[in-house]
Amino acid sequence: MAIFLDESSRIIVQGMTGSEGTRHTRRMLRAGSNVVGGVTPGKGGQSADFSDVKSGLFLPVYNSVGEAMAATGADVTVVFVPPRFAKSAVIEAIDAGIGLAVVITEGIPVHDTAVFWAHACATGNKTRIIGPNCPGVISPGKSNAGIIPADITGPGRIGLVSKSGTLTYQLMYELRDIGFSSAVGIGGDPVIGTTHIDALAAFQDDPETELIVMIGEIGGDAEERAAAYIKDNVTKPVVGYVAGFTAPEGKTMGHAGAIVSGSSGTAAAKKAALESAGVKVGKTPSETADLARQLVAP
Amino acid sequence: MDLYEYQAKELFAGHGVPVLPGEVAETSDQARAAAERFGRTVVVKAQVKTGGRGKAGGVKLAETPDEAKARADAILGMDIKGHTVHRVLVTPASDIAEEYYFSFLLDRANRTFLAMASAEGGVDIEQLAVERPEALAKVPVDPLLGVDTAKAREIVAAARFPDAVADEAAEVIVKLWDTFVGEDATLVEVNPLVRDPDDRVIALDGKVTLDDNASFRHAEHAALVDKQAEDPLEAAAKEKDLNYVKLDGQVGIIGNGAGLVMSTLDVVAYAGEEFGVRPANFLDIGGGASAEVMANGLEIILSDPDVRSVFVNVFGGITACDAVANGIVQAFRLLESRGDTVNRPIVVRLDGNNATEGRRILTEAALPGLQQVDTMDNAARVAAQLAAQGE
Repeated sequence: MAIFLDESSRIIVQGMTGSEGTRHTRRMLRAGSNVVGGVTPGKGGQSADFSDVKSGLFLPVYNSVGEAMAATGADVTVVFVPPRFAKSAVIEAIDAGIGLAVVITEGIPVHDTAVFWAHACATGNKTRIIGPNCPGVISPGKSNAGIIPADITGPGRIGLVSKSGTLTYQLMYELRDIGFSSAVGIGGDPVIGTTHIDALAAFQDDPETELIVMIGEIGGDAEERAAAYIKDNVTKPVVGYVAGFTAPEGKTMGHAGAIVSGSSGTAAAKKAALESAGVKVGKTPSETADLARQLVAP
Repeated sequence: MDLYEYQAKELFAGHGVPVLPGEVAETSDQARAAAERFGRTVVVKAQVKTGGRGKAGGVKLAETPDEAKARADAILGMDIKGHTVHRVLVTPASDIAEEYYFSFLLDRANRTFLAMASAEGGVDIEQLAVERPEALAKVPVDPLLGVDTAKAREIVAAARFPDAVADEAAEVIVKLWDTFVGEDATLVEVNPLVRDPDDRVIALDGKVTLDDNASFRHAEHAALVDKQAEDPLEAAAKEKDLNYVKLDGQVGIIGNGAGLVMSTLDVVAYAGEEFGVRPANFLDIGGGASAEVMANGLEIILSDPDVRSVFVNVFGGITACDAVANGIVQAFRLLESRGDTVNRPIVVRLDGNNATEGRRILTEAALPGLQQVDTMDNAARVAAQLAAQGE
């Protein structure tokens, strides 16, 4: 087991023929992901050459997600299309009824994200959306949907959920000797699909996950709500880390969502909320890794 | 991007929201001339991107042009919550029968939009929300449906605006929604929204935050950027597409990925407690740390005279550390060719993708003043110590 993604996942890439899409499709294939095709409107019928990854491998390109799903049985899409086309790409994926849409694209206007999220809700939430502005999800040794480097660590017993890409990599690296069931980067935008809570719930139910590492950052109140959820619903040990203690009020720190407004959204408030839910919170990434190490069975 | 009141009102006017005329003045003589043109009692309002202007003495009535000049003299240059007043808005004083509160905003927690309205406006809305939450109506707005007249009437009713202005308030609310969506705003706030003695509804104030991610479809928003108020280093960084925020410490910081850089600031701040130093900036060079990006980043950081040491903290994910190391080596050469020398100590921590090769490249290059430290915590400590010694 793992969460959201495993060896049976069949992945298509929206925007596969673009430079980012091509580059990361190649990386996903090298990581052993079962990428079965790509979608680029107007390029349907072409094929993309990945024979450098595996001899004779050409992936079919389709005009739409629906077409790609019908032809390949895909159940996961990874979205690399540029911001101005992202809204319609995600809505297309939702309308096609795909199970999981991982939206890597950075810089999508929040009105567009709000619209595709509302559309997902209005149509019954059949598609799990991860992101936008996220590194994706990896279940080491099984599959990788997105841009998380597959060679940091292997399969293991820790589940990780994070707003930040590079902090995900850092913690995976620090805990590389233990390994991960799945690591999910939920993205740093103000509106995202899958939340900390969704990932916590899935890790709680995943028999392969023994311990959960949760990485948050300043802005919004997602960590506070996750803390309340943990208190009531999560019996597995959770270790937390929050970035942005020194961030000044009113300044956007890189992630569009990482902004402290007044007294809300501060790292101190998030840490306090997590600790009151019994979560051990590290002061630095390495201290967080040490806390995790102490809690996971030898 | 937050807008000034006068900019917000210009956007409002463009979407048909009733506002009063106004003139922006940068000197007290301009304020006097504006008051003369209006030929009646005016209000002189400090233009700063923060609330509480009235309480700070930044909003004053003036009955004559000379008084407007005197008021402007007092307000210009004033410091309001750390914001210096460079401009005032001169606007005719209005007769106010009642004051209301209205806003559209992004509701992050519920991943939708929210209308907030109260028949008790002109007050500190955060205070009202805490003390009398029942007086503040919060109405979710479905992004797919938006706000039509019927929805606007629902909001007006929930906020218990008086019947006499219900129709007109609803009409104004629809236009404020047009502003919110049409301009890609994440906040449109009117406090107060007023009813004048003739039952007209007017936006007397305006606060707007625009979504920077939407700038690709709003070329016109570039003109709203206040270059004068920007930190010069932040402005220079923006021109080079670098994500840089100036802070007030001594340890310059370069890293890849917003989360890791935020974390680096924290780790440096902890390490710096012992040495009395703090992080000098936030700088995220993103995924692809090319030599040019690294050189530009180093250049920005080294042009901050407060910086005493620099910590380059990279975890190679997509980017390979050998590429980052080559970037650093070339950045030194590039800076030298631009006539700059790297005259402050640089501490580098490389981990992740191809870190061994990256470290080897830096060791062989033996760049002056550059040292490598093997973990983020240790490197932060060394950088803090060096910054303290540099003073």
